[in-house]
Formats: sequence, C-alpha cells, structure tokens
Amino acid sequence: MERDALIDLRGVEMHFNMSRERLDSLKEYALRLAKGRLLYEDFTALAGIDLAVRRGDVLGVVGLNGSGKSTLLKIVSGILRPTRGTVRVEGTVAPLIELGAGFDLELTARENIFLNGAVLGHSKREMRARFEEIVEFSGMRGFLDVPMKNYSTGMVARIAFSVATCVRPDILLVDEILSVGDHQFVKKCEERIAGMMAEGTTVFLVSHDLAEVRRLCTRAIWLERGRIRAEGPADAVCAAYEAGG
Amino acid sequence: MRTKEAAAGLLRYRFLLANLILKDLRLKYRRSVLGVLWSVLNPLLMMLVMTAVFSRIFRVAVENYPVFYLTGSTLFAFLGEATTGAMGSVTGSASLLRKVRVPKSVFPLEKVLFASVNYLFSLVAVVVMFVVLGQPFHWTFALFWLPALFTGAFALGVGLALASLSVFFRDIVHLYSVLLVAWQFATPVLYPYEALPESIQALMIWNPMYHYVQVARMVLMHGIVPSAKEMAVCAGMALAALALGAAVFRAKRDRFVLYV
Repeated sequence: MERDALIDLRGVEMHFNMSRERLDSLKEYALRLAKGRLLYEDFTALAGIDLAVRRGDVLGVVGLNGSGKSTLLKIVSGILRPTRGTVRVEGTVAPLIELGAGFDLELTARENIFLNGAVLGHSKREMRARFEEIVEFSGMRGFLDVPMKNYSTGMVARIAFSVATCVRPDILLVDEILSVGDHQFVKKCEERIAGMMAEGTTVFLVSHDLAEVRRLCTRAIWLERGRIRAEGPADAVCAAYEAGG
Repeated sequence: MRTKEAAAGLLRYRFLLANLILKDLRLKYRRSVLGVLWSVLNPLLMMLVMTAVFSRIFRVAVENYPVFYLTGSTLFAFLGEATTGAMGSVTGSASLLRKVRVPKSVFPLEKVLFASVNYLFSLVAVVVMFVVLGQPFHWTFALFWLPALFTGAFALGVGLALASLSVFFRDIVHLYSVLLVAWQFATPVLYPYEALPESIQALMIWNPMYHYVQVARMVLMHGIVPSAKEMAVCAGMALAALALGAAVFRAKRDRFVLYV
C-alpha cells in the first residue's frame, strides 16, 4: 500500500449478476428455483485493478464505452462495493458522476440547491453560507424559483455543478459532465477544477475528449474490458489509446 | 461498533433527513387548497364514516365511539403510512442510490419520520374531537408520545425489513397492502377488545399493535398510566422488530444498488 496515496485500490473486481430475464416476482422466482433454473450470467465489469492515486494527482481515465470507467468511479465514490479486493479512500469525495443526483424536478432550483447539498452530506449552515456563491456561479439567478422540470439539461447541469463544487473536496470525481454545458460554462467549470487542482485536490476525470485529458491530467489510465491496459503520463497513455483503440 | 458508526453517519445526514421530510410535505400538499389542513380533516371525515357504519349500523357497544375510534385509528394509520412508505423508500430512491453515496437507512427512516409528523397533525384532530364532544383531558394526554414512540420504532423495524425485501421481490408491495387491512381488522381499532371471542383475545397479546393501541387509549382517553409490565412488553416488541429489521437491512443493503 502506498503511504501517501489518497485512493488505493488493490485487486479490485466487480461482477454483476445479470439474470437473463429479470425476475421481479416471487412466483417466478419460486418456479425457477423449483426447476433449478436460476440462471445468472456473470458479467465481470472490472478485474485485477490495482491503482494508487496520490494527493494532487489529476488522473484521466480513458477507454471505450463499457470498458468499466464509470464502474471504477462508482467504486471509488462508494456507491458500489467491489465483489473482491480492497478500496481505501481518504478524505472527502465530491462525485460529479451524474449531475443532479437527488434533484427533484418538481421542486424549484432554490429548494433543490438545499436538497442536493444535503444529499452530498453538507449541513444546513454550510449550505446557507454558500448559497449566494452557488447561485452566482451557476448564473441562474433569474430562474431560482422556477420548478426545475422547466429547465433545460444544460441549466440543470449548471446548478448541479455549482452545488457539487461549492465545498472544496479532497477528491473530485468527474464523469463526462462537461459535455452538456455551453462553451462559456464549460470554461468556467474547467477554471474551477483547475483552481481546485492548484490547491491540491485530487481529480479523477473520465472523458472521451482526449484533448481535455491531455490538457488537464497529469496521469492517465486506459481501461479495456475491465482491465488496466496502460498507465502512465497522460500524453503517453492518450497516444497509445489513439493508436491502439 | 457498527451501530455507532451508523448513528454517526445518520447524524451527519440529519440535514438530508430534514430536507427529504420537507420535500415530502411539499409534494403531498402541492396544489391542494387546504394543504396541510387535510392531515387534520382526513381522520375527522374518516371518523364520521366509521361512526356512522359501526356505531349506528352495526351497533358496536362502545361509549363515545368517535373518540374510541379516533384514538386507535390514527395510531394504526401511522403504522400503515410509516411501513408502507418505508417499504417503497429504497426502490423509490433508485436514482439517488445509483449516483451518490448516502447511508441507505436514511430512506426508510425518513418515511417513518414523515409519518410521525402526519401523526402529530392527526392528533390535532383528536384534540378537536375531545373539545367538540366534551371528552375530559387527563394529564396523561401529555404522554401521547409514548405509544407514538413505540409504534414508530416498531414501524421502523418492519419498514427496514420490507424495504430490503421489496428491492428483490416487488410482490411484497401488493401483498403487504392486503396484509395491512387484515392486520387492522385483527387489531381492536374499530371494535373493543371485549367484543372478541375469548380464544382470540388470548392471541391478542402477540399483536404489537394491540398493545400500542391499548396504551394510546389509556393515556389519551382514560387517564391511566400504563403499568411497567405493559410498557416493557411494548418496548420489547418494538426493539425486537427494530433489531430484526436492521439485521435484514444490513445484510442486504450492499446489493440494493444492483437491483433497484
């Protein structure tokens, strides 16, 4: 185990039981069980993942769709528990995985900001203190009291990003979220992420935009069918991925 | 140790709990003119129906039937709402579970707390009826929280188990709604305990809701403080349900995200 690693994964494996047909009812389950036909297809999303990320690292994760990038992020964020292996994560984690987790689109943006902050584990006081800054950063002041079901995807993303990054975390997990905003907001987000990196926040960035990975990341890994195919400086890994992917 | 950790986790997420309860309240009464007043009106209107049916038509011999019915039915409604809410709370929070890490017990706990808030509103209906019908208030009315606490803890235990099971078998949801009706009829809510045949009276001691409803009527209606033995039985049943529910929930919670 590396001493100064903030994130340390050892021999991590993630399996999913994909039942061929979904068994939603008890009757079906009993029938199958009686016939001895509980068929599951084991799907290995990740295997043999050893990864150490140190403080201040900005790690890019590249790979084709279905290669396990999002699963890896969900394991680091604690949403999924791996089937095998150990996960050690030190410090606070801000997951920008699917933005707006916990948004209730029936509620207004103002209500959702507090709700989402609570979902991320912030206290009432923290949210009160940061509300202004969140609104300011999102640039959505004019739409604060509109139910969010009337928002566009990009507008939702603005609010969500602003809430998720309002408290500087030790670890920031970013999963292709910068693709929905307009160029102006994407630039603002990148600046904020860059600011956090400068202050020593560790970043996990999943992206299909190799230019973005090259620009932001210090290191990168290339996932292929759930395994790490290459690991190293971002430029080298991106080049290898482009050549061999 | 793990209990301690879980408690610390929940404490950290108390703002989330408060927010979810607030959200449920807002959504429940959105676009209704009378809003939260419905929590008071609903039991009162139900009481009118039940009094008409059971006191006038079936001639259930109970003194002051409206108050008798209301003190029992509000508590049972609390159980029903809390357990049913908790049952769907995990599957209903699928989008959250898949996206962020939150202590999963937040969801059933929130539904039970939301139901407690509604129970408090329905107690206002009880107070209103006491005043209207000239039912005397005893000092023991101030112990209203006692049966509520027992019922809430018991409902949380049942709710944790139901929430876990319903993730894997959605059938539970349909089955439980029927079970709940049967349970209410098996509890002296609409009729007095004494109306039951003796053979069934003997079985009643195994029904936690029988005990809780009895305690509720003691403190609200009759001005009686429940005996230490009665309270021990009530608390024991609630804790047993809580322990069992928590054990089931803990055993299954890591797999929730794969099935919701």
